[in-house]
Amino acid sequence: MPALPLDEAGKYVAGAYLVFLALVLVYVAIMAAKLQRIGRELRSLTALAEERDRENVG
Amino acid sequence: MGLRTFSIATVATVVAAFALVFFYAPLDADQGFVQKIFYLHVPLAILALLGFMIAAVHAIRHLRTNDPLHDARSYVSIHISVIFGVAVLATGSIWARASWGKWWVWDEPTLVSFLIVFLLYATYYPLRYAIDDRDRQARYASVFAITAGAFVPLNFLAVRLAETLVHPRVFATAEGGMPGSMWLTFLASLAGIALLWATLVRFELAAKDASAQLSRLRRALEAPPRHAAGPESRPSATVPARPTVGS
Repeated sequence: MPALPLDEAGKYVAGAYLVFLALVLVYVAIMAAKLQRIGRELRSLTALAEERDRENVG
Repeated sequence: MGLRTFSIATVATVVAAFALVFFYAPLDADQGFVQKIFYLHVPLAILALLGFMIAAVHAIRHLRTNDPLHDARSYVSIHISVIFGVAVLATGSIWARASWGKWWVWDEPTLVSFLIVFLLYATYYPLRYAIDDRDRQARYASVFAITAGAFVPLNFLAVRLAETLVHPRVFATAEGGMPGSMWLTFLASLAGIALLWATLVRFELAAKDASAQLSRLRRALEAPPRHAAGPESRPSATVPARPTVGS
């Protein structure tokens, strides 16, 4: 096939790079959600540890 | 190198590589502007396939040492490579549509062989999570990673030996292959995508490590206190844990 004109080829090139960017962003969003979950769990464990400390002192 | 430095280096390299793609690399005489997809599609494919082979090496280490860290590295390598595989199939389909007028060509060995490899690794997850016992799960997953990893170079060789030239062969053509500026751009893209792969693997391993340590900490804190036996017998919340898959 002959080379596509720039205006038509641009759509495909932009599409390919945007798909890649979208995949990376989705991955980063999933990692951010994981990080939030880890943060929540860490806070609950900190509270649990402090509660145990108070019980031990009491 | 720390994860933060690694991430900054990755972003800088990827941005520089894409700048070279659009502002430095010349237009391909045959394909024109559409050939710019090559600088994304081919490095992604190389890293996806290399990642599967790296996973096989970690799997061999796991079977030799029984260290769960190697199993986690093998799992994460496959995981990131499967994600890269999705990007390869998507960008490849877009390039095929622009170059050949079709989203997919079934009689083209390069495309179909990559799809076979991708689908093979897509079965890794149901295989792994169909097994409840953690040790058996890790061992069977390692055996799978080694077998499938050996299939990857064989598959690549078989495709290279196939005679069809429908798939663009950019590196070595009758006209002498790519000029230096295209090579430089390609190598920069390859470096950027390789750094991205390594960064994502490190992020995933760090997340797994944090989850594993949290699970251990929760178990230690939720266990009933054993004051009678002395403080040294209390569950330690500071023991470093090895990341395990599924945690």
